[in-house]
This record gives sequence, C-alpha cells and structure tokens, in this order.
Amino acid sequence: MNFDSFEQPTISIPSNIPCSYASLGAVEWQRAMDELKEIGATFLTLWGSDDRYPDDGERDRCFAIHAAFLLPEGALVLSHKIESIANPTYPSLVRAFPAAARLERATHDLLGIASTAPDQRPWHRHDAWPANYYPLRRDHLEPQTTNLKPAAYPFVQVVGDGVHEIAVGPVHAGIIEPGHFRFSVVGEKVIRLEERFGYTHRGIAKHFEAATQADGHRIAARVSGDSTVAFAWAYCAALEAIAATACPPRATYLRALALEHERLANHLGDLGALGNDAGFAFGLTQFSRLKEDLLRANVEAFGARYLFDTIIPGGVAADLPQPAYAHLLHLYRMLDHEAAGLRTIYDDHGGLQDRFREAGHLSRDLALQLGAIGLAARASGIAHDLRADHPWAPYNTIITEVVTETGGDVAARVQVRFREIFESLRLCRALLAQLSHTSVDATPIAVPVPIAEPGRLAIGIIEGWRGPVLIALETGPNGQIRRCHAHDPSWQNWPLLEYAILGNIVPDFPLINKSFNLSYSGQDG
Amino acid sequence: MLNTLARMIRTGILTEPWPAAATTPSAVEALQQDLWKILGRAQCIRHVDAGSCNGCELEIHALNNPYYNLEGAGIKFVASPRHADLLLVTGPVSVNMEEALRRTYDAIPDPKLVIAVGDCGTCGGIFGAGYATRGRVANIIPVSHTIAGCPPTPTAILAGILQAARVRVGA
Repeated sequence: MNFDSFEQPTISIPSNIPCSYASLGAVEWQRAMDELKEIGATFLTLWGSDDRYPDDGERDRCFAIHAAFLLPEGALVLSHKIESIANPTYPSLVRAFPAAARLERATHDLLGIASTAPDQRPWHRHDAWPANYYPLRRDHLEPQTTNLKPAAYPFVQVVGDGVHEIAVGPVHAGIIEPGHFRFSVVGEKVIRLEERFGYTHRGIAKHFEAATQADGHRIAARVSGDSTVAFAWAYCAALEAIAATACPPRATYLRALALEHERLANHLGDLGALGNDAGFAFGLTQFSRLKEDLLRANVEAFGARYLFDTIIPGGVAADLPQPAYAHLLHLYRMLDHEAAGLRTIYDDHGGLQDRFREAGHLSRDLALQLGAIGLAARASGIAHDLRADHPWAPYNTIITEVVTETGGDVAARVQVRFREIFESLRLCRALLAQLSHTSVDATPIAVPVPIAEPGRLAIGIIEGWRGPVLIALETGPNGQIRRCHAHDPSWQNWPLLEYAILGNIVPDFPLINKSFNLSYSGQDG
Repeated sequence: MLNTLARMIRTGILTEPWPAAATTPSAVEALQQDLWKILGRAQCIRHVDAGSCNGCELEIHALNNPYYNLEGAGIKFVASPRHADLLLVTGPVSVNMEEALRRTYDAIPDPKLVIAVGDCGTCGGIFGAGYATRGRVANIIPVSHTIAGCPPTPTAILAGILQAARVRVGA
C-alpha cells in the first residue's frame, strides 16, 4: 500500500488477510490518521506495548502505540515509538476516529501511556487497584490484594429544568452481563446516555503474557463466550501466520462450520429476545427452542453446546462423526423452514412492527462518522463483511453474500439477523458438502504448529457474528507470548447506542440495546 | 394471528423430564410441595455476573427455554435481590464487581443460598486471582454449592439448583 503521509513504504506482515505495516514518527502518525480518515479507512483497534526491555536486543527501548485499520486492499497496522519514557504521550486518534476514545483511555489504564485527547478519565480501572500500578508495564509487580473502594465516576451531567438522571447497573434486572448506564431524561425522553464499563475486566492481556503460544487460544476463547469460535480462530490464524503453518483444508471447513453455527445460535437467540422485549413472548419461546435444537446438534457434531476449545492451533479438536452429516442437513432444513415462518409472523405483526420501526435509529452518515462496524453497520447500509471483502480460507471458496439494510432502526437490525440466518444456513450446507467430499482419513484435521521465532507481530481477523474480531499477537522467546491484544467489535459499537437512544423513551431502551446486543466482557478484556 | 396460534399448537409442549441425577419427576413434585410448605412460595433466584465471559449466562438463560422450563418447578429469576432466596454467581470475581457482588449478597434476606456457577466461580478457572480478579466466589462471599463446567450445561445447572433447593427445604 502507498500513502502520501508515509516516508517509508509499508511492509507485509503475517495475517489471514492481506496486511501491511509501517512504523511512523509522531508527525507522520498524525498526518497518517488524517489521510486514512480522508480515504475512508475503517478503524479496527488500538493497543500499546512496553518495549523498554527488549528480549531480542534489536528493539528500540521505548513504549509503543499501535493502531489497525481496514482498507479495500486489506488491513493496515501502524506503530509509533513514543520518545519519552518518563512521560509517554502520543497524538490522539479521536479527531479522525472517535471510536478510538475509549481504547486510548484503556491503554492508559494498562500501560500508563497517554493520548492527547481531552477525556483522560480511567476506563478499565475503577479504583480497585492503585492508580500508579500499570498491569502491562514489565517492571510493575502485581499489587497485593487491595480493598480500595470504587470512587464516584465523573459522569457528564445534563442540567436544566426537569432534567433528572436514571442510574442503571452494574447489576441489571436480568441474566445479563454487568455494566452501568446513566440516563439523563426529561419526562420519559432520553436526552443523554453515558455508558460506563470495565466491570468484567479480567486482565486478559496480562493472562496472555503468562501463557505459551500453544495454549493462548484457550484464553482467546474466553474473551467473550458468545464469540468463542471467532476469538479462538483469530488467535490461531495469527499464530499460524507467524509460524507459516497452513491449517489443513478439512479443518478450515470445520472451523467455518463452527463459526456459522455460532452466528446462527446468537441470531436465533437475539430474534427471540427482541420479540420478548417488544412484548411478544411467543417469539422468545419459538426462537429459544430453535436455538436449543441447534446447541444440541452441536453436541453431536462438535462434542459441546458452546464451541469452547473446538478450534486449536493447527486445526480443530475433533472431526464430525458420520451420523452428524444427515442430522445437520435435517436441522438446517428445519431451521430454514421455521425461521421463514416466524419471519412472516414478525413482519405481519402490527404491534411488534410498531415497536421495531424507527426505534433506535442510526443513520448511515452517523454510523460512518462514529466508525460503526459489523452487523450494526450493515443495518445502517454499510456493506462490509470480511467473509466477502477479504475472504480467507475457506471463505475464498464459498461466496458469501453481504446482507445490508438501510433502515438503521431496530427493524433493520432484526431484518439483517433474519437474512443472515438464511445466508448462514446456505453456507453451512455448502461447507457440509465440501466436508462430505473430502475423505476423513486422507486429510488431517490438525497439524503441529512449530514454536514461532520471537519478536514477530501478526494479525488474526475473523468476521464473528457481531463483526470483525481481531487478535494482534507478538511472539516472545521460547514459545512465549510477548503481547497479545484481543479486540471485540463492541468497542466500536457501544458508543453507537449512546446516539441511537437519543430522543427515544426510556422503556424502549432494553429493546434498542438488545437490537445491538453488544458484549460487555469482550470490550472489558 | 391464526398463523401464530397454529404454530403454538404445532410446537406443542416441549418440556422434558427433570434431570435424574438430582431428582426423579415425582421427586420434583415432592420438591414443589416442600417449597410451598416450608417457604410458602416459589424459590426465587437472583443472578450476578461477577466477571464471567458470558458463557455461563447463555446456559443459565437456556433454563428458561421451553425444554428446561425452570419456572415449571416453581423456581424463577427475579430482578431484585430483596425478593431472592438464592444467589447464582458466575465469573472469577473481577475486582471491579467485588463491591457490587457484596452489596447484592447483603441485600438478599436470610436464610440465603449462594451457588457458584462455572469453573471460574467454582475455583477461579482459567483466570484465577490476579490484579483484576479475586478468583473463586467463595473468596468473597460464603458459597453453599458449586456447579463446575466451562460452561456447565443447563442440565448440570438445573441439577445443582434443585440439589441446593432440596437441602434448603431439608428434603
């Protein structure tokens, strides 16, 4: 790739999609952001690293900040070495890419390197560990158990006649992940929503650094349980790219089948919950039954209901047993038929459509400005899907149709889910056909992945059901992981909800929130 | 409307017998009787996610689907801890949820049961204790029962809840 603002040409780095890399100085870094914004790049993620104590002796002794973007040519990773060690600061991305704001705050919590953005409030750190402890600094020792009580968080306050606040969470009124929503309302109308997360922060990045390359996929699989396949695949894709190991074709089909099953399970569950949140309990009963049927089929096909640790470095843990082929085909036919029938019922239900339409509207312009990604972006008319845009194996052999809707409201996000179910079922049939053509004995389902050389950076990026899931993996010596950054698309899409809710009434919040169904644990890390 | 009704009839009743590991179908009826006799009402559950990856939540959710039909045994999830008899906790207790977990526990009236669900809640799981997590739930609040698994199946969770309820009513 060529850019006006780069002094050096980009180099290629290992990934499952085409991926370029450049290291930039502070001025170049800032110019690059403006240029990337100008050409319509999609912001993928931001992470920092402590390179002050290089293992291999060749590294510059400093902190570094890294950002990843998506372009029509593929992914682009930019690094910037921060000059000051005593007071590490880098130029903020927020002006060009507002979705970077929370990631910059989180990076400061983990590494103590600050951006120049105005909002410097902590994100992951809720005062439960000391402010001068930065978990990812290599010279910082873990603090002994502290009992710091959470301090008050400075929410942005709305003042005026009749404005009052509603505080919700972190414990919600259901079986839901924890997070805090602060509404400023007049009567029932929401005039501001501010989210606060970090409650499920488990220190994923720190855990990666204690793991070996061979078992990092188990941590990746537990970043966000509903996207376990996507995260595990992204991790394995990055590791296999560094080690120049090709996953056997049969295993790629099995991986894709697992990924599509994950998409189906989540979409089926969401469609039921969306019906329920609009007062149509029948929808919940019907869809939760279909989801359960799929999860039970997973037990026969993959050995578990949720596909934790199905994907392993070099391939997959187990092959499909012979009887599963016929059973899966039968299941796909049934799901196709039932989902089509239920779609007619949803579409024809006046009361339901009245709640869905125009609720939580997000225009295409705003979605683009905020950097929306994945399913939520597709419901606002942004036609991006990695499976079609940058197909990696086996998606390069089966064509994926990108589903888009232009409405940008709850109804559009419902329609995207329905249509993606049908598309996903079509892909599942194609994958199953490929699997039944290749002989089980002739092609292995996993190959050994050699220990990768230290100091290599790779990107694994997989279109999960919410959107692109990314793993940036840097190898350490002796099969260790030097740095691993896991990114869930919820980072980009949570701020969308703060806008989509504006002007809607408080009772519509659960419905609008569900229509995005974003991950708390995925972004808390 | 006819379409909806027709589908309801066609779907029929999907609820399955209760897991034999904990109890037999007739024992469920006995348990219901006991619950009513001793508590005078249904068993109510409050769930708190204390740093889970959401895997356990997905399986707890499944308990309400028509196959498992938890409410059929007189056990239901409630929004307020003040209405709960039993607390289900998942996750390796993130330090950011520690205070919220303690407060939820304190808000549940005595006598109360606490069940730690999943490997993280049971023993700390893959995350254990670190700068961001405290490890197993029992490190923070008293735990009466544990249900291991990553994530545990709905059947395992159901069996664990029934077991705890039986102990509670002295059955």
